[in-house]
Amino acid sequence: MEAQVATFAVKKGLAQMLKGGVIMDVVTAEHARIAEDAGAVAVMALERVPADIRAHGGVARMSDPELILQIMDAVSIPVMAKCRIGHFVEAQILEAIGVDYIDESEVLTPADEAHHINKHPFKVPFVCGCRNLGEALRRVGEGAAMIRTKGEAGTGDVVEAVRHARSVLGEIRRLQGMAEEELMAYAKEIGAPYELVVETRQLGRMPVVNFAAGGIATPADAALMMQLGVDGVFVGSGIFKSGDPAKRAAAIVKATTHYKDPYILAEVSRNLGDPMVGRQISSIPEAELIAQRGW
Amino acid sequence: MKIGVLALQGDFAEHMVVLNRLGVEAVEVRHAKQLEGLDGLIIPGGESTTIGKLAVDFNLLEPLRQYGKEKPIWGTCAGAIFLSKDAHRHQPLLGLMDITVERNAFGRQVASFEVDVEIPMLEKIQPGGGPYHAVFIRAPLIEAVHGRAQALACLEDGRIIAAQENHWLATVFHPELTADDRFHRYFLQMAGYN
Repeated sequence: MEAQVATFAVKKGLAQMLKGGVIMDVVTAEHARIAEDAGAVAVMALERVPADIRAHGGVARMSDPELILQIMDAVSIPVMAKCRIGHFVEAQILEAIGVDYIDESEVLTPADEAHHINKHPFKVPFVCGCRNLGEALRRVGEGAAMIRTKGEAGTGDVVEAVRHARSVLGEIRRLQGMAEEELMAYAKEIGAPYELVVETRQLGRMPVVNFAAGGIATPADAALMMQLGVDGVFVGSGIFKSGDPAKRAAAIVKATTHYKDPYILAEVSRNLGDPMVGRQISSIPEAELIAQRGW
Repeated sequence: MKIGVLALQGDFAEHMVVLNRLGVEAVEVRHAKQLEGLDGLIIPGGESTTIGKLAVDFNLLEPLRQYGKEKPIWGTCAGAIFLSKDAHRHQPLLGLMDITVERNAFGRQVASFEVDVEIPMLEKIQPGGGPYHAVFIRAPLIEAVHGRAQALACLEDGRIIAAQENHWLATVFHPELTADDRFHRYFLQMAGYN
């Protein structure tokens, strides 16, 4: 048998290697090195962290490939990069420069208001955001090899991350209790592919790795998401918008490993300096909420 | 029989599923004291830099080295890197196995692959078991084996993908990601399980 590349097993497999880890947003090669030294399992290369995208306004697009390439040169861990929802040409470009994972992300301004990218033909794997199980399984149906609950990026407020993780994990628990003949109606109700609903029920978990994202700013936030039952965490603005990024990054990594140990969580939470200022989500006008992008 | 799986980061849960299926008790190891009473330890796939840093931060390097002097350890992918003496890069390593590894030897994720490999030593585990289907994810290679370390499996072109030295085992691919449990059974034999 010839070697086969880009199979779903190897796409999903890289996400399995990231489990129990922290993926950090970085905007420079220097940030990327700080993240790697702090124990990040991967970095997300982008021009502006979500908090700055919010503040800046305007259209948010894929980052300059030059910046992403510099970050890829700077570290030995996997490098992810974001393209706009539905913008399959940005995805083609990211694949051409060799990023390890593409995040088809609602944090950028959507390029298509009805369709996500058909991710199956790509050699590079994709991670996509979701707020509930139906949205997650639609993305997996399109070829996503990893899922992250969306939360509300760039806020430092963990409440939406909790809401979305509870929604997905709660729906999976509900699914476990259903009879087989109820599954088709349930698939219809949540708008998910039937086969993936069946698979999720059988596995008792999402068929791909599921991280939490959007608003995680402290070691306690990371441990909270882990205790709720996600496989790992993305931290965006929470690290490099804080007073001491290197220290906070290392603390969040430790908290993600020892998420069940309150003594270690207490220890790593000490003297971290100022967290990102953040923005309470209930104060944000609905039209400015990022998580509702994606269909 | 009780096998520990280093649970600092990576796909430790996948290893535990296979061990449980084989009727073996599997426990997560995050602290040195959890090494007590284990018949063997698996270091899973993950990011070797993350696992190494956490092992240093939580004072596990020396206890793991001491443990390895007496008991079997198996490292898969990142675990194989962590077991090695030399990874061509400044990062924390256990330095138990006399092997040189090259990280990300096949390139970035788009080059990750799966392939059938002929591994004659698996005949001892299951006669007539056929080729082994191996999954490589941003995988390292075992560039060279030295001293008492021996190559256990190679790709068709001769590059080394598994090695053993005494009671230490290194595989650069991921037996925990496939249904074929011959490598887990091999390791359990090394740990004295019949």
